[in-house]
Amino acid sequence: MFARTAASVAVIITLAAIDGAAAQTANQPPDTMAARVEACTPCHGNKGEGTSDVYFPRLAGKPAGYLYNQLLAFRSGRRKYPPMNYLLEFLPDPYLEAMAEYFAGEHPPLPQPAPSEVSKEVLAQGELLATSGDASRSIPACVSCHGPALAGMQPGIPGLLGLRAAYISAQLGAWRYGTRTAKSPDCMQLVAGHLTEADVTAVAAWLATRPAPANPAPVPKGTYALPFGCGSQPN
Amino acid sequence: MGSKLSIAFLALVVLTTAAQAQDKAQGKNSDIIARGEYLARAGDCTACHTAPEGRLFAGGRAMPTPFGTLYTSNITPDTDTGIGKWSADDFYKTMHSGRFPDGGLIYPAMPFASYTKVTRADSDAIYAYLRAIAPVSQKNKPHELRFPYDNRQLILGWRTLFFSEGEFKPDPKKSAEWNRGAYLVEGLGHCGMCHSPINALGGTSQSDAFKGGLIPMQNWYAPSLTSNREAGLGDWSIKDITDLLQTGVSMRGVVYGPMAEVVHNSLQYLNDEDTRAMAVYLKGIAEPSPPPPASSTLPTTESSLLISLGKTVYDKHCASCHGTQGEGKPPHWPPLANNQSIEMQSAVNPIRMVLNGGYPPGTKGNPMPYGMPPFAGLLSDNEIAAVVSYIRTAWGNRGTPVSAREANELRSAPLN
Repeated sequence: MFARTAASVAVIITLAAIDGAAAQTANQPPDTMAARVEACTPCHGNKGEGTSDVYFPRLAGKPAGYLYNQLLAFRSGRRKYPPMNYLLEFLPDPYLEAMAEYFAGEHPPLPQPAPSEVSKEVLAQGELLATSGDASRSIPACVSCHGPALAGMQPGIPGLLGLRAAYISAQLGAWRYGTRTAKSPDCMQLVAGHLTEADVTAVAAWLATRPAPANPAPVPKGTYALPFGCGSQPN
Repeated sequence: MGSKLSIAFLALVVLTTAAQAQDKAQGKNSDIIARGEYLARAGDCTACHTAPEGRLFAGGRAMPTPFGTLYTSNITPDTDTGIGKWSADDFYKTMHSGRFPDGGLIYPAMPFASYTKVTRADSDAIYAYLRAIAPVSQKNKPHELRFPYDNRQLILGWRTLFFSEGEFKPDPKKSAEWNRGAYLVEGLGHCGMCHSPINALGGTSQSDAFKGGLIPMQNWYAPSLTSNREAGLGDWSIKDITDLLQTGVSMRGVVYGPMAEVVHNSLQYLNDEDTRAMAVYLKGIAEPSPPPPASSTLPTTESSLLISLGKTVYDKHCASCHGTQGEGKPPHWPPLANNQSIEMQSAVNPIRMVLNGGYPPGTKGNPMPYGMPPFAGLLSDNEIAAVVSYIRTAWGNRGTPVSAREANELRSAPLN
């Protein structure tokens, strides 16, 4: 009898404890990264797929190392965009890393490429630069670093697909004018420094027309050798 | 043989004692340095004296002021470009009197009007710590102040009006804990730099201490610490206050904007006793205030239209986190009902939060804070004004409606 009473008391206590825990959880936000990064979603989409605003990039599926570098650069103000600088200013490294991992691990489908507003000739020039570069002007092909499928390489080289022409040309412009910089050797700034405004328009337009590859995931580190040193992709 | 042994033994004893004495001296020294580091955190020296991506305490951070841009100085122990030549006396005098060792006047962006309250012992500990960090050779950048503010002699006028030199004097009628809190809040914490109103001359009068004001150049409102209608903590529990100061979040509210910086760089490092002392003092200085004047500059019809639109916007965009009754899910999703920072006379902070969103600081106690999304791109000026008017007046909140013009003006407020 005593044992049974004790047992039922124990059950009641346990139930009460579970109840308390449930109540606690019900009154708390979900303990997930998705809930923690809701501040990112008005501009980057619920899963980092991007939004209708052409200047806000897709984050989903980019290499975590690349995303982390961008978060660090926005936090320190090296990469300037006040709404981002403001949001990240007081967040610690491990949290930024977790955010980067979260968006790197999301794989919403790539959007249908938008029809281009530029002429066929311009698109052809963009394709030529992106796939072959222009050795006479020391411009390497985009694919030589961003990969044959333009899906990027772990850990630091981003894929270039699923982005709108306006965003790509704004970023290439920022590299050209030195308002966007990265760790030395700043490979992207070196490349962009050789581009003309017409090159930027052409490359951005062509990249934005690319359909999703069969496998949009960034390739593993070391899959191919880079043509030159890059601070964002240490050996 | 025996005597040789005993000599050797004696020598050993002497050596050991000498070594112990040295250890002790070193131990004492490292205690002072550790204490100095702790106090430098309490003073939040790094917020100004370390530039983004810069070396610790090497200065060079731009400080925009209404009078031009100041650049903070190198306070590493570098002999040529830092404070390597300063003695402990020099350091104390600078902190205490707001003058460089050569007598030169310091611009009051450096909170010497607060630091003057710091004791000699604490000043010496901070000095010992700053001697122990890595020296960085980095020349100070000249200030870029507009005429006539580039004339340092003007500081004399400011000092006459607003500076009273002197260490903190404990109030014998109050507890030791209250006095410790007062020392930290009024001294190293230099809370008054933001939480006291600043007049056109860039000063604060003693009688207005901690009464709140708009922070120049940042366009955030630093609420009054004395009025329970603002950030007065009179009806907060001590635990809610210490949670807010140490972790950035609490059951009553969350810090964002400039206060997130303070928690991130300074307050999260304070020990439980000091945090509690600050809480006791802050709770103590809050004065019950008369009920708010429920007057609005907006015509009644416009207000009621705004508030009705505001409810629609709220239910669509805000209620999923903050609850249909503004109850939130504290501490991470703050309550809006009975939240002083929503209701207070200045609507600058709630408007800015809706426009820009924000993250509380990542702290030891809350390393992965939840963020508020920015709505600047999703909502029109009218919708922003409507939803802010709604949360300021719903659920028994006693704030006043705001206009679309106020919302629009804050779209261009600086974000960093």
